[in-house]
Amino acid sequence: MIITIASGKGGTGKTTVTVNLAASIDRDDVTVFDCDVEEPNAHIFIRPDNISSEPVSVMVPKIDSGLCTLCGACEEICQFSAITIVAKKIMTFPEMCHSCRGCQMVCSEDAIQEDFRVLGAVHRGKNSRGIDLTWGELRVGEAMSPPLISQVKERINPLGIALVDAPPGTSCPAIEALRESDYALLVAEPTPFGLNDLALTVEALKKLKVPTGIVINRADDEPGIVESYAAKQGIEILQRFPFSREAASICSRGGLLVDEMSEMKILFDELFEKLYQRVSECKKTGEVGK
Amino acid sequence: MKELTIISGKGGTGKTSVTASFATLASSRIVVDADVDAANLFLTLEHDTIASSHFKGGSKAEVQADKCSQCGDCRDRCQFDAISEDFIIDSISCEGCGVCAWFCPEKAITFERKVCGEKFISDTPWGPMIHARLGIAEENSGLLVSQLRQEARQMAKEKKIPLIITDGPPGIGCPVIAAVTNADALLIVTEPTLSGLHDMERVKGLADQMKIPTMVCINKADLNPEMTRRIQQFATENNIRFVGEIPFDRGVIDAMKAGQSLVQFSHGPASRAVVQIWEQVQQFFSSTPERIM
Repeated sequence: MIITIASGKGGTGKTTVTVNLAASIDRDDVTVFDCDVEEPNAHIFIRPDNISSEPVSVMVPKIDSGLCTLCGACEEICQFSAITIVAKKIMTFPEMCHSCRGCQMVCSEDAIQEDFRVLGAVHRGKNSRGIDLTWGELRVGEAMSPPLISQVKERINPLGIALVDAPPGTSCPAIEALRESDYALLVAEPTPFGLNDLALTVEALKKLKVPTGIVINRADDEPGIVESYAAKQGIEILQRFPFSREAASICSRGGLLVDEMSEMKILFDELFEKLYQRVSECKKTGEVGK
Repeated sequence: MKELTIISGKGGTGKTSVTASFATLASSRIVVDADVDAANLFLTLEHDTIASSHFKGGSKAEVQADKCSQCGDCRDRCQFDAISEDFIIDSISCEGCGVCAWFCPEKAITFERKVCGEKFISDTPWGPMIHARLGIAEENSGLLVSQLRQEARQMAKEKKIPLIITDGPPGIGCPVIAAVTNADALLIVTEPTLSGLHDMERVKGLADQMKIPTMVCINKADLNPEMTRRIQQFATENNIRFVGEIPFDRGVIDAMKAGQSLVQFSHGPASRAVVQIWEQVQQFFSSTPERIM
């Protein structure tokens, strides 16, 4: 089962929930995939050993100017201004290229070969308690994260329990991380900013047809804005984590709440039990994201 | 005219709270919300929207079933697995390259630019605000950010406004690159955590590639004094101007709940710290060269 932890707003506790959930599940088939490739943080908490890394690149065009007749067909088909003719010279802008291969297909002279642009890397390692972490790391200066996120997700084995840590926002990177998940667990912060961005993510998940539940992080004592929103939307709240300065301090130095606060361990165990049940139900009734 | 962009790397460190405060403290400014897929600035600055316009991003392909001969050429060519076996194009997978439409022998695929968001110009009691709402699950956020900043520059020129403050998105990818390109200075708002430091190092790498002078302030600095020290040290070693610390203060969330900027709502410790940081930012800013318009 693939469970993606998302939020819309940044800094609500996606990574905290992901890594503590992973550490509290007593099974040996738990894998974590950090898809916040612009700013991956799960490795700070999971601390994997024996890390192996692979570069990830995408195809970009390389022009053989000996064969090119400057017909301009490639410039015309490219929607991304990645190829252009200036003063009888053909130029490519690899950082703009979306790797659609349109230029290659349209070229009648076979003048376009394959070159590569490095997007970043995918790393993988296992920590001493057996948690297997795969994470993407976007090269600084690279704009396009979705193809790298997709490479991280290619490594998911859906037979076990895969926890996917999504990037913030509701645009392409978050969508890439959320699509084809069995379940989305949204980490909500009970503030006006948190609620606004939660609602945007819920709308996106309706489009993606991924079943959704909410956990409230840094919850107030009384039921508040997230609860009334969830009730109106018919979305279940699976857990509430109270605000705690101690918890904030543990997270700030890369510690795990389930190791250092027994009350948090109980809350995460409860969360996993409910989550496992919900996802199993969704999978059985066929209510799954495709 | 000068442009200040506020970024963080890590999400949720307090960019928008700091931006909203600067936007109420500055004597003459335009404020831009460049976090277009999770925009929050409008929730904290009282405003009247005076103009809105469609944002057209890239084009999307659509198969016209009555013309389609189901030859499969489009499916073979699509690099994004966006076309199903029964020839329906998934708009979320479609990258907008138009290759399918270009080659379709039956000319059965339309390829048109789609409205994928709204742009707004609003008046606040402290000056104009330029913001947007990207449609649900839409792309081209980088293009939208570039357009918002372009509109702000145009307005600054016309109205002779000397400063543009831009609230940037989290991360280091496409919309962040669009939000920081050609800014005169950056302010990184970080938090005293290992994640905050890690993410700030990456965002500083981006600032260096673009050769933009950078400042940093630490929000909730007292939550981990040791990490706060490490971030200050990183700043000193990496030519980042340290402009101050903001203590943890419930007033920040109370201001948000009241729909006001922190400095407008509260005179507590966090609010006073932000006022001081604003002084430091202005000082640093006056040392960067003026741009010729």
